[in-house]
Amino acid sequence: MKKEFNIIAKLIGSESKVLDVGCGDGELMEYIYKNITKDIRGIEISKKNVQKCIEKGLTVIEGDAEKDLKQFPDRSFDYVILSQTLQAFLDPENVINELLRVGKKAIVTIPNFGFWKVRLHLLFKGTMPITKNLPNEWYNTPNLHMCSIKDFENYCNKRDIKINSSNLGYKNLFSELGIFTIEK
Amino acid sequence: MNKLDKVKKVIIKKTLKLDCGKSISNFPIAYETYGKLNEKKDNAILVFHALTGDQFAADINPVTKKEGWWNYALGAGKAIDTNKYFVICANVLGGCMGSYGPSNINPKNQKIFGTDFPIITINDMVNAQYELLDYLKIKKLFSVIGGSMGGMQVLQFISNYPDKSHTAIPIACTASHSAQNIALNELGRQSIMADNNWQNGFYEEKNISPAKGLSVARMAAHITYLSKKGLQEKFGRKLQERDDLKFSFDADFQIESYLRYQGSVFVDRFDANSYLYITRAMDYFDLTKQFNGNLSKAFEKSNTKFFIISFTSDWLYPTAENREIVIALNSIGKNVGFVEIKSDKGHDSFLLDVPDFLSSVRNFLNTSYKKLYEKRI
Repeated sequence: MKKEFNIIAKLIGSESKVLDVGCGDGELMEYIYKNITKDIRGIEISKKNVQKCIEKGLTVIEGDAEKDLKQFPDRSFDYVILSQTLQAFLDPENVINELLRVGKKAIVTIPNFGFWKVRLHLLFKGTMPITKNLPNEWYNTPNLHMCSIKDFENYCNKRDIKINSSNLGYKNLFSELGIFTIEK
Repeated sequence: MNKLDKVKKVIIKKTLKLDCGKSISNFPIAYETYGKLNEKKDNAILVFHALTGDQFAADINPVTKKEGWWNYALGAGKAIDTNKYFVICANVLGGCMGSYGPSNINPKNQKIFGTDFPIITINDMVNAQYELLDYLKIKKLFSVIGGSMGGMQVLQFISNYPDKSHTAIPIACTASHSAQNIALNELGRQSIMADNNWQNGFYEEKNISPAKGLSVARMAAHITYLSKKGLQEKFGRKLQERDDLKFSFDADFQIESYLRYQGSVFVDRFDANSYLYITRAMDYFDLTKQFNGNLSKAFEKSNTKFFIISFTSDWLYPTAENREIVIALNSIGKNVGFVEIKSDKGHDSFLLDVPDFLSSVRNFLNTSYKKLYEKRI
């Protein structure tokens, strides 16, 4: 299990209604299902991953988060999770708006481009950083819109989005991942 | 009425008011069951068949001596595991495998109905099968499952009886029959009606049958169940038992021979009037219209857990139409899963050995059943 699952799960109230956007093979959903709430479902674009979710007995809708969130009514989930996929969308701002419309709260995690290893990589090597969370080369990475924890915080402030719990104060420098709860 | 005398039937005594305004009562519904109903009576699944299906979904069909139409999916150890579940499948109203249909006797004049049989709808089919559940004393089903027209029955069933099933699996279907599908059905009907032997539907009393028309209808329909890619890969331009073209209208190509064969075996097991009645029921199906343009309203009262399945190469009931149902359910916060299975086998994929499809059905059923059980204890 990825270590951030535990952190994400702790942000979710028990018995709440949850949507995991880009739920992958359902690992996080399964963890939340077993430990926090049974009312959880996911959206996933990859057929292979959808099959893995079904094998786990999870409710999954095959679809594209950039198009298919609009079918959900306003505030129909207590929490909407977007785990490490924000940077891969064509239009991340639209996705954030949709998360905040569909969910009363959204939990967003991002690979932090401000992490010290990333900074040093660029500083000393002069090439695009490759780390555990950013394993791809520039020419084959799915990540279109990288940002740092600080960038994300600045964005939320600019758009009047509340960032209410997270590891904000700390460490644009020392965190590989940013985990935020945001709400309108 | 020979070979159908022996199929299992229940006579529904209750009067059923049909959508066309007429009423029927004391009518037979033929059905088959597989597996055993457990003590708690919580493992029953109602399977709805498609246009040309019947109640013999698994094992060997005792009338045709051929394998049941859903043998890949249904049976001991299969996706719908009859070691675990009690599966009921009924011949639809209007059908020709023992249920009340145009080849039955009209009580008014003691003649075979023919086209005097009332027009029936998907709604009527579903209501008749509800009476069967009553007869079998099943209060709540574990699941309702069906592909194509069977899927339409699933949707109508949940809409009519929102509390009657824990789960529902509509496969490769639509909530509203499209213009293209109405057109294709009309082609089949006109082909039957153009056969001189059809006799305005009163062919049975004359001991003839519009076999040519029915067989052409089947050939045309069969093409729509496949995909261009599937056809190309299976047949291409291969010739049928010959080295070269014969410069004639013989079946030079394998695909021609295949379709002619499909048409010819179909007429042995299916009644032309039933084909007219059932395709008409499909054309009239518009659940969205039943709820004044708001499909969500059809499912508002239900807490049934849905799992909707479509296939990439199905151009008859394409993914977009299946997705409409997903959207209608999501927009009112209902529990729905959805998967589009990759397959080159066209609409027929749900009847064939498509491993991802079969495992999806199996996993959904088994995990849902387990969760239901966990909830109870």
